[in-house]
Amino acid sequence: MTTTLQNEPSAPAEEPLEAAQLPRSISWYVLGGAVVVSGALTLLLGWNLAAFGVVAVIFYLIAIYVISRVVEGRRKATNRLMTGLVTTAFILALLPLVAVVWTVVDNGWSVMSAEFFTSSMRNVIGEGGGIYHAIWGTLIITGLSTLISVPIGLMTGIYLVEYGRGALARQITFLVDVMTGIPSIVAGLFAYALFELFFGPGIRMGIGGAVALSLLMTPIIVRSTEEMLKLVPDELREASLALGVPKWRTIVKVVLPTAIAGIITGITIGIARVIGETAPLLIIAGSTDSVNFNPFSEQMMTLPVFTYFSYKQPGVPPEFGIDRAWGAAFVLILIVLVLNLVARLVSYWFSPKVKS
Amino acid sequence: MAKSIDVSDLNLYYGDFLAVKDVTIPIAARSVTAFIGPSGCGKSTFLRALNRMHELTRGARVEGKIMIAGKDLYGTEVDPVAVRHQIGMVFQRPNPFPTMSIFENVVAGIRLNGTRMKKSDAEDIAERALRGANLWNEVKDRLSRPGAGLSGGQQQRLCIARAIAVEPEVLLMDEPCSALDPISTGAIEDLIHELEEQYTIVIVTHNMQQAARVSETTAFFNLKGVGQAGELVEYGETTKIFSNPEKDATEAYISGRFG
Repeated sequence: MTTTLQNEPSAPAEEPLEAAQLPRSISWYVLGGAVVVSGALTLLLGWNLAAFGVVAVIFYLIAIYVISRVVEGRRKATNRLMTGLVTTAFILALLPLVAVVWTVVDNGWSVMSAEFFTSSMRNVIGEGGGIYHAIWGTLIITGLSTLISVPIGLMTGIYLVEYGRGALARQITFLVDVMTGIPSIVAGLFAYALFELFFGPGIRMGIGGAVALSLLMTPIIVRSTEEMLKLVPDELREASLALGVPKWRTIVKVVLPTAIAGIITGITIGIARVIGETAPLLIIAGSTDSVNFNPFSEQMMTLPVFTYFSYKQPGVPPEFGIDRAWGAAFVLILIVLVLNLVARLVSYWFSPKVKS
Repeated sequence: MAKSIDVSDLNLYYGDFLAVKDVTIPIAARSVTAFIGPSGCGKSTFLRALNRMHELTRGARVEGKIMIAGKDLYGTEVDPVAVRHQIGMVFQRPNPFPTMSIFENVVAGIRLNGTRMKKSDAEDIAERALRGANLWNEVKDRLSRPGAGLSGGQQQRLCIARAIAVEPEVLLMDEPCSALDPISTGAIEDLIHELEEQYTIVIVTHNMQQAARVSETTAFFNLKGVGQAGELVEYGETTKIFSNPEKDATEAYISGRFG
């Protein structure tokens, strides 16, 4: 066609497929530049690690956004900015965790010794002594609390998912939600009041501590059991029911085994949550220097309470008490770490396999 | 062994909503009956009523009678669990139990009920069921491997083996091949031909050609409109339904004018 109409509208410009791009490692170079500039500034104006970090990050974010906006366009610039912000947030979140672990390891590692693990504080003043009684106390009380919480939590979870439909189920769900927020000291006060009813004032018992901890653990187990059971697809239940298997057997033999890996992980998380609770144990389990294997009589020492007292009343000279506190805190973190590893192992071992 | 089923005036409800209306149909023993019809017309709902799975849905209820060998399945004294012992079901997507091996899956119907049996008896039952499902040769060397590690077609045959291991009278199949490739589908259709010598089979299928290949009797279900109840329009010998149906709706569906 050689002639065109005069009032034919011009065709819209086609969007090009290619666009300008910055070189691959540009963000690292910009980061390096921001670090250098920020370092120079803080060195000149007075060194401060935190200020250095903050200024470096701000410089980096501004620089990368501007450079990218000019060269690549708005969308890519926003992308780079958001990536930077998200990474910064992640590092910020990680810092306290790393700092805590580092501090505890740094301070507690040197306290580890055979004596520390095998002796209690009985008749110990100043140097020496150990956490034998506290470790056993923590294991016994947390173990008892697990024994109480798991059956209750598991069966409540099963009821809520497999059976509960009406008002009762709604109320239970609401109460469980409320219970997840109970402050631990309130749980301890409740346990104390309960035991005081039966045994009179001033009562201290390991089992009371277990009751208080199970108040905190049970809602966690209910929640995680619920979530794991809901993940089991209905078609598995239908397959079992269609074979003429009664409902309770379907739950016990098909649904629970399929969900067991997640449930055990939930239980382990519950244990890890309560193992370090100090307030309730202060009130009802009390504190003592000697070993006590009997949860039904007299006070029982636990690692978090031991840490508290060692730090608060270290005696004279104070270094030994404070060292022992760090040591106990270190052992506590170690136990939680081992529990989490065990949870992962169990979860892997029990989960349904596809390839053998 | 296989029994026939007589359905009369069956109405299926989800709460107040009537899902399937006034179904009356005899299902012959030792033969294959196919239910065809467009999506949502109530074929699967009706199938699930046959082994009392329909009432498992919250608010679902059944009115009418389903007689098997003279006994009403919905009689007041009847235990649904016992019904499902006699009437087995295979589902649309294969659902082997993921925590169990192939062997355990096959004998699950017996083991899960707590029946104790000697290992050798269980192995005999498993072999018979797997042979019956045409899966024995493929898995005989790996019975202790996980059931979920098989291919789709094998998994479905495993589910069929699991269903026939308890020796039901009737086998219900809810679109058993819709999740499978053509070769596996062919294998299962051959299997259905073998199984119908021993069992009464009812199969729901979306695939008309499959119904024509596999069944002796075909029942056509249809839906008058959205939100209305599904109903049984026509049933009869498969060859007649597909060549010379009586109702217009059947003819329209068969020739692909809707569906």
